[in-house]
Amino acid sequence: MNMHAKPISRVRAINWNRIQDDKDLEVWNRLTSNFWLPEKVPLSNDIPSWATLKPEEQQLTIRVFTGLTLLDTIQNGVGAVRLMADAQTPHEEAVLSNISFMEAVHARSYSSIFSTLCLTPDVDDAYRWSEENEFLQRKAQLILAQYESGDPLKKKVASTFLESFLFYSGFYLPMYWSSRAKLTNTADLIRLIIKDEAVHGYYIGYKFQREIERLSDTRKQEIKDFAFDFLLELYDNEARYTEELYDGVGLTEDVKKFLHYNANKALMNLGYEALFPPEACKVNAAILSALSPNADENHDFFSGSGSSYVIGKAIATEDEDWNF
Amino acid sequence: MGGLVYYSSTSENTHRFVEKLGVGGVRLPVDAASEPPVVDEPFVLVLPTYGGGGGQGAVPKPVIRFLNIAHNRDLIRGVIASGNTNFGTGYCIAGDIVSQKCAVPLLYRFELLGTDEDVANVRQGLERFWTRSH
Repeated sequence: MNMHAKPISRVRAINWNRIQDDKDLEVWNRLTSNFWLPEKVPLSNDIPSWATLKPEEQQLTIRVFTGLTLLDTIQNGVGAVRLMADAQTPHEEAVLSNISFMEAVHARSYSSIFSTLCLTPDVDDAYRWSEENEFLQRKAQLILAQYESGDPLKKKVASTFLESFLFYSGFYLPMYWSSRAKLTNTADLIRLIIKDEAVHGYYIGYKFQREIERLSDTRKQEIKDFAFDFLLELYDNEARYTEELYDGVGLTEDVKKFLHYNANKALMNLGYEALFPPEACKVNAAILSALSPNADENHDFFSGSGSSYVIGKAIATEDEDWNF
Repeated sequence: MGGLVYYSSTSENTHRFVEKLGVGGVRLPVDAASEPPVVDEPFVLVLPTYGGGGGQGAVPKPVIRFLNIAHNRDLIRGVIASGNTNFGTGYCIAGDIVSQKCAVPLLYRFELLGTDEDVANVRQGLERFWTRSH
């Protein structure tokens, strides 16, 4: 009888005072300081505004939010969890657990919007729609197939595309309503989600880049080809999903520009160059402004005369660092 | 033509943008504890925006340490900032902060690594900027 126990690897406690990758701590701090819950947003102020939407506009909005809920559900329960298996540092695993939880908060937020603004049968209809919609289901399947692939790099590509590209056919609509002074509190909540997704896409893309820098040029090229092919496959499906949702309200072409713009940003998060040309990415100024109020201000000093430059009032930062 | 000073974290995003500009540049140390360099010619600063969208922590610490040296601060002529429109009002806010603290113009803003269009705009813009002002 063999009395010797099989040696097992030691279990290690995480030590946040011994950091292997500074990015882990930086992103942990950023995510935890951004923490929020839907209860913080006074969604009920949107009830009168919701009543001004036409029935087909209400249906579109509920469907869009149900589609977003589906992506958050995947990222919470599968995406971030599968990425944890490949974590190179214990801190990366902890950051991914934060990402997973925040995706659950995002998914939960859409239900808060529904319970505040919508009738239960309408919401139930939209959930049924989400299970039957070919393009939404296909989008989910394409991502899940990569999560199941077991390839750490392909998982990160899929995850970055979900975080930085696939959400945006949905995010467009609350920005559109907000630009027309409708559902403005709902838009505030969506903006919190949009900020979180930016950090998630940045971080997962960063970890992807750290991993590929160790590879041979041939393997690097293989992964890059995979990423661009996969983006185009997702894009084809996303374009059809967008047409089905937005053709009825005449916004499809406008949404597609927003998709191109965000697809380029998703590629940049992976360290790749933009794919869609600038003219295909000219996002409607009202949408860009709803997303980032000062983004469309003329800050391009180079192309102007330069005379419009005005020194404003000083913005506070960490004072101890600015002892001029 | 004046110089370029830039900060890029280990993400290398800003570093790649500066590389594509092809005009060289002094990279600030990634490690905030390292001694910042002292420059001796007028320069434009390129920096990314940090933090969660507010002003707090938006300017990377090594940039603050570099600009706290009065000699360096005297030589800054303009600032170019990167960011992400997802951060709303915080988009490229590090550029606004440096612009206002140092009383120099915010010359240009771009997202993440910048597109080819951004690279061309900044390359041409810098040429004109230095010709015009010096």
